[in-house]
Amino acid sequence: MSATNWEVGPILRALKRNKVGALLIALQIAVTMTIIVNAIFIIQERSQLMARESGLDDANSFFLSSTGFATDFDEQSTVTADLEAIRNTPGVRNAIQINAIPVSGGGWSMGLQTEPGEDIEGTGVAVYMVDEQGLDTLDVELIAGENFTANDILWRGNGESSWPDLVILSQAMVERLFPDLPVAESIGKTVYINNDEPMIIKGVIDKLQAPWPGWSNVENSMLVPQKMLFTSTRYFIRAEPGMRDTLMPQVEQMLADSNRGRIIRSLRSVEETRERTYRQHSGMIKILTTVMVILTIVTALGIVGLASFSVNRRKKQIGTRRALGASQGSIMRYFMLENFLISTMGVLLGAALTVGLNILLVNTFEMSRIEWYYVPAGMVVLWIVGQLAVYGPARKAAQVSPALATRTV
Amino acid sequence: MFQYYLKLSLKSLRRNPILSALMVTAIALGIGACMTILTVNYVMSSDPIPHKSDKLFYVQLDSWDPYQPAREPNDPPDQITWTDATNLMQEKAAFRQAAMASSNGVIEPADQDSKPYLASMRLTYSDFFSMFDVPFLYGSAWDAAADEQEQLVAVISKATNDRNFGGENSVGQTLRVAGENFRIVGVVDDWQPVPRFYDVTTGAFDDTEEVYLPLALKMPLELPSSGNVNCWKEPDGDGFIAFLQSECVNYQMWVELPSDADKQRYMDFLDNYANQQKALGRFPRPLNNKLSDVMQWMEYNNVVNDDAEVMLWLSFMFLAVCLLNTIGLLLAKFSTKASEIGLRRAVGASRGDLFRQHLVETAMIGLAGGLAGLGLAWLGLRGIEAIFGEFVSKMVHMDTNMIIVALALALVSSILAGLYPTWRACNIAPAGQLKSQ
Repeated sequence: MSATNWEVGPILRALKRNKVGALLIALQIAVTMTIIVNAIFIIQERSQLMARESGLDDANSFFLSSTGFATDFDEQSTVTADLEAIRNTPGVRNAIQINAIPVSGGGWSMGLQTEPGEDIEGTGVAVYMVDEQGLDTLDVELIAGENFTANDILWRGNGESSWPDLVILSQAMVERLFPDLPVAESIGKTVYINNDEPMIIKGVIDKLQAPWPGWSNVENSMLVPQKMLFTSTRYFIRAEPGMRDTLMPQVEQMLADSNRGRIIRSLRSVEETRERTYRQHSGMIKILTTVMVILTIVTALGIVGLASFSVNRRKKQIGTRRALGASQGSIMRYFMLENFLISTMGVLLGAALTVGLNILLVNTFEMSRIEWYYVPAGMVVLWIVGQLAVYGPARKAAQVSPALATRTV
Repeated sequence: MFQYYLKLSLKSLRRNPILSALMVTAIALGIGACMTILTVNYVMSSDPIPHKSDKLFYVQLDSWDPYQPAREPNDPPDQITWTDATNLMQEKAAFRQAAMASSNGVIEPADQDSKPYLASMRLTYSDFFSMFDVPFLYGSAWDAAADEQEQLVAVISKATNDRNFGGENSVGQTLRVAGENFRIVGVVDDWQPVPRFYDVTTGAFDDTEEVYLPLALKMPLELPSSGNVNCWKEPDGDGFIAFLQSECVNYQMWVELPSDADKQRYMDFLDNYANQQKALGRFPRPLNNKLSDVMQWMEYNNVVNDDAEVMLWLSFMFLAVCLLNTIGLLLAKFSTKASEIGLRRAVGASRGDLFRQHLVETAMIGLAGGLAGLGLAWLGLRGIEAIFGEFVSKMVHMDTNMIIVALALALVSSILAGLYPTWRACNIAPAGQLKSQ
């Protein structure tokens, strides 16, 4: 079909006579596209961040804190008795004492280096102190080397600064420390903590996230074979499937009753912890989604409103055209095409604004560059929104009776 | 005349109820979105202690690792060590000064039936209360002698007083905290600076503490450290004292310096102090001490969340779309009034009269949109509260300033939106319009 049949010429000439109206719609489409595309990009990024796995058995795990206050409070006997009692509770798969909880936001980090020396910058790593039940309780898989044995586990006093000789590292950490080595060959290698204290790699686990999801080294973690003699400590408990919610209050009560010289607090499931940690991101996603929906509706309503007006104003012309033999289809096509041309202007400007806003966001905040395909995708979406919005008024235009041409207003 | 214009406007708005509703809705949505996000940003960036925020300074000392800065590119750590905190407090070189740290301890209520519980604690010096204008319900701060003599005195929050003493005046009574009996000297009234500027290391919008104790007691009572502890070097040796005397930072330090000269003097004092420490083999980095006033410190710590700022930009763009929408609809609306305008011009109304009349009409739309927008903003803030929970509970309240801003923004933006359509409507030649009638 040639261009003349599509009436692009007359539409353009008509648009020129109503520049402002067309420009307003085009601008609206452009800004809407800018917001929507950038919002979708942010949403995508946040969703990916939230989808990362902690490495834990999220659905079945929980933890609580115990803080001793009585003058005769004895850490070692309390921890030993607590662990035995928790592990023997029906429905508990396994339990450990631990110093920090993955993804919770609070923890302990150290630096590891492959050569001793004060002037060498270590690689940041999250520290988890666990016993030989650590791997099963945290639901991590050993991919090379061995687990700690009961004999490896040492007691760490409060304020003690030295480290045990053995360590189990996450795969990501091993790959950072020994980028050229197959993971299995890192077993038995020595790494240094505190610049010059050696630790031998006993095992490598598949995955265990650090407590800080926003940290660039979030996948770097290490397990050290220690139980803690701290007055305030945590227990991490992995329940049998489906038993978590029954066990949580039960374990809390049991521990509180077993020793009156301490308080039990901060009982929380891993799922809830995750939800709290990521609440900022999930909130941002919810807000941006709402904004996008409302914005699309506003823009669409604007198009409907203006198109209805232009239809109303041109009723007589439409009638004349119909009387002169134009089909209903060609009247509809006229309005749809008119909107398409305006939208094209809008989405072209929108593409430039989208990239511009993204550059601004990248420069001002720590955000990443938008992927190129978001721009054409956004253009297509806005084209479709425009066509859907103008469909109603265009149909109304097509239904204008040819007889109208014979009447004066 | 103004009343006549109001009547005409109302009539005109009623003539196209759907169109009028669309315009009001568009403005309301734009204002609602903007005000919701603006309120959150406004609270986040507000000055928590406006009358003296430029006289309070946060102290940073560069005691860090010789091989790498505490924070890129070359910033000192955001907290100081125990050694430096106690040394600076001994010198008393500022008008007022308070080193501080967060901690926690178990409170054992005197009432045997009440369970012991873990309370948040701020360990600090007596100047803390006068420097930050902490309001007292009963009693007062402890005095400087209590700091020096490591007396077992405590100031407690109103909530703690309610919980342990049923809200009675508890000054002089005993409270068992962290295994020791403390004499209560003061009860703080409701006090929640937003942001909680004096310690933003664990979150700028945390609650104020439940108990305040002299920081000097940390060593004898071995009170635990909460908040962030950062070390570039392991403590020399084991145990609590070795940890306290290490290069680990966990303490905040504020000073009140009433004049620029005082500030300069204090800066010189800090540099002098750092040089003395260098002579003792500490402070391996070049001199790099910093004093930041309250708002500078908030800025440095990025207290206004990036997401909130991104949302602010997006919400203003959202408002722009809503206004473009309104301009388009007004244009369409006024174009239908061409014949009416022509008639009024022909019977003697001047262009100015018509311009004013139509501005009144757009202002009415703006005002209606602004009022509806305030409602939407309130809903939006409730939504944000529901989504983010207690984290934002201090940020979702509009004050009169915000309400005035909302209405002004609505009015100004709707009038701006109305200018072009009004101007175009008034520029109609009366003769042409009358002819076609």
